[in-house]
Amino acid sequence: MSTTQEKPMTLKSLSHKKDLLTGGHRMCSGCGAPIVLRQVLLAVENPVVLTNATGCLEVSTCLFPFTAWRVPWMHSAFENSAATASGIETMYRALRKKGKIKKEMNFIAIGGDGGTYDIGFQSLSGAMERGHKMLYICYDNGAYMNTGIQRSSATPFGADTTTCPAGDVVPGKPQRRKDLTRIMAAHNVAYAAQASPHNWKDLITKVKKALAADGPSYMGIIAPCNRGWRCQTNDAIQLSKLAVDACFWPLYEVEGGKWTINYDPKDKKRPIKDWLKPQGRFKHLFAPGNEWMLEKFQQGVDADWESLKKLQEAFGR
Amino acid sequence: MPTATKTVAVTGNQAVAEALRQINPDVVPAYPITPSTDIVQRFSEFVNNGEVDTEMILVESEHSAMSAAIGASAAGGRVATATSSQGMALMWEMLFIASGYRLPIFMALVNRALSAPLNIHGDHSDGMGMRDSGWIQLWSENAQEAYDNMVMAPRIAEHMDVRLPIIVCLDGFIISHSIESMKYLPDEEVKKFVGEFAQLNPLLDTDNPKSIGALVLPDYYMEHKRAQHEAMLKVKKVVQDVSAEFAKLSGRKYEIFETYRLEDAEVVLVSLNSAAGTIKDEIDRYRDKGIKAGLLKPRLFRPFPYEEVGAALKNAKAVCVMDRADSFGGYGPMFMEIASALYPHKGPVLFNKIYGLGGRDLMPLDVDQVIDETVEVAKTGKVKMVKEYITVRN
Amino acid sequence: MKQMNWKELPHAGTILDAGNAHTYKTGSWRSLKPRWIEENCIQCLFCWIYCPDSSVMVKDEKMTGFDYDHCKGCGVCAMECPGKKGAKAIVMEEEGK
Ligand SMILES: Cc1ncc(C[n+]2csc(CCOP(=O)(O)OP(=O)(O)O)c2C)c(N)n1
Ligand code: SF4
Ligand code: SF4
Repeated sequence: MSTTQEKPMTLKSLSHKKDLLTGGHRMCSGCGAPIVLRQVLLAVENPVVLTNATGCLEVSTCLFPFTAWRVPWMHSAFENSAATASGIETMYRALRKKGKIKKEMNFIAIGGDGGTYDIGFQSLSGAMERGHKMLYICYDNGAYMNTGIQRSSATPFGADTTTCPAGDVVPGKPQRRKDLTRIMAAHNVAYAAQASPHNWKDLITKVKKALAADGPSYMGIIAPCNRGWRCQTNDAIQLSKLAVDACFWPLYEVEGGKWTINYDPKDKKRPIKDWLKPQGRFKHLFAPGNEWMLEKFQQGVDADWESLKKLQEAFGR
Repeated sequence: MPTATKTVAVTGNQAVAEALRQINPDVVPAYPITPSTDIVQRFSEFVNNGEVDTEMILVESEHSAMSAAIGASAAGGRVATATSSQGMALMWEMLFIASGYRLPIFMALVNRALSAPLNIHGDHSDGMGMRDSGWIQLWSENAQEAYDNMVMAPRIAEHMDVRLPIIVCLDGFIISHSIESMKYLPDEEVKKFVGEFAQLNPLLDTDNPKSIGALVLPDYYMEHKRAQHEAMLKVKKVVQDVSAEFAKLSGRKYEIFETYRLEDAEVVLVSLNSAAGTIKDEIDRYRDKGIKAGLLKPRLFRPFPYEEVGAALKNAKAVCVMDRADSFGGYGPMFMEIASALYPHKGPVLFNKIYGLGGRDLMPLDVDQVIDETVEVAKTGKVKMVKEYITVRN
Repeated sequence: MKQMNWKELPHAGTILDAGNAHTYKTGSWRSLKPRWIEENCIQCLFCWIYCPDSSVMVKDEKMTGFDYDHCKGCGVCAMECPGKKGAKAIVMEEEGK
């Protein structure tokens, strides 16, 4: 960690940094993922090497012969962003040991929720357990968007996707989402956190902490997808903020076993329906007869939030 | 002049591990599976005893082993690994990516049957299953060949005309676990022979950022594949050159395939790896009886040297291709290559035996039956059954 | 752009010109266009930090306008713009108006 007096981070100070993800990529208009990645890259100080799982971000930012990345970037497959980064980080250590590389470097593996919670879960778990000094970032849009909005284990309860459509018998996804950030914390990683792009300062601070941590780190970052969520192209930031205010996506961090909730809306906590309502994928939850779904959703969110607060009480400062 | 060598009595796995120790790769990601586990264990000992300065990645699956190998190689250094059977099957997706990214990773494949049914013993299903993945394949009859091929592997893979991954095959248990007398080269000689490796466009050269692994649409995909095909076309010459240089160093000469009493042979068997040893003995016995028998044993199976193999076999009367793997619903995988190699020639009558699956022994008597049948086919010009399972209870 | 033949492709298809997507224009995707009303701008730079397409231009810590070559017209900047006393400094207008 730097010992010099750090200037407060402001957008003005950040604006001097060159954009490391250029315009000209082909993500949908208003997509949350590139907002997230731009903020992540603003946090980086050392040379950084990225790996990217197959998914929207990957196919849209690096379409031959064009790349939107101004940093070394590698994609190899869908389920192995963490394993690929393990190899890069290990080669870095091998060459550094031999004196062939002198620089300090950072390694960031990126995946969508499908590439992270589902098919890439094993390789992520393995890489974190082995202790590679890398940051894994999941930009979480809650479904397999690149292949046309199929459910993932990050898809929220009730959501209408192309593989769990809201039908007459089965009204959307029957299961609740997997809580991956907690599972990563259970790997005893050096740093695990959740962030949201609406709170850029919190997000960038967390990336800085994660990169400075002495060991593997994990961040889950919510990334609204207007196509999959069936919302507007202009509401990525509004919806990520609402997700946090409704405690669907709490901002918290786990540092060396210490749990800290970074933002508690307290009496400003919004009901979950405020977050669900603008999203077409939850439209059927508001249909007569489906009140139980809204209730069940709210109960799940509340239970998770309460248990998170207990974790903070028990293992916080 | 061949350099001083050390004669040792070791298993095939030990020999491969020794070659890896002498090459001293930068990174070795690995995952255990019988019968290649032993290579990984021995190498771990070298690492933990400081006999190499390799960084190992003890991954959680073979899929991750190959993924990490790809990341490590692209990052900018030498990478090796070893596997067998199900491990190879699990790597399958990543094999094509390693070759598509032109990464000169080298790997030992200790050949083992594929499940189901589950079986840990030797056959060539794993190697044949991955033959179209863009990797160079060298096959080895015994521990000596496996060691020698392994020492040559990085030189071939890393050659500037090639830059492709390479696999060295040896038979599970029959070679991997049997003790043989063989010769090691001195450490310094191997080190000198393999030389230093400089990756092209290494990812860790962060001053020159690059993107590896773009999405490529129909407008460019074919050009990428054509360029990859070109690299494969250059492999044969490189294998020949490296083998010639290796012969100077070791006194052991390797061609792209081995011929045994083939020159004037009328009846010919074609076989890979360890079975060739048994077949050679039987050929000697038939030669003593005045029968012109011979053997062709491919070494370089990918890329397959069609023209040379065709020329070597075209004057035979009958050729029996012995496959230790099946391509269900097709002829044996090697049979298809030999038939293709002979396609431009009038050539011999061809037939195919599937033998030795899941570790089933191929005994001298089995070979005799095959030779007898080949003699008969040579005489009559007629084949009873093009593809037939042998060494099986009927 | 003239398409390369297979011999002209970079080794392994690696893209060596980092950030060359900048030469690819996505501005034509737009149906709505952000317009900056400078007098309402408080230079908070929210538009810059939230733009998915790096299309808000900032110079010397000041918003200076849009990169219409790449702006896809999503409207996030306009939505997040606090403006001055409730008057937005970014408004979305129909393209071609
Ligand atoms: C082994 C494998 N299975 C399936 C696919 C097809 N596939 C590509 S991207 C993708 C979904 C990606 O979803 P996610 O990780 O959530 O990222 P997003 O596209 O939503 O950003 C799928 C299923 C694949 N490329 N590889
Ligand atoms: S489908 Fe969704 S996640 Fe994918 S690029 Fe479009 S908005 Fe982004
Ligand atoms: S409309 Fe969207 S793409 Fe255009 S400048 Fe605003 S935020 Fe960026």
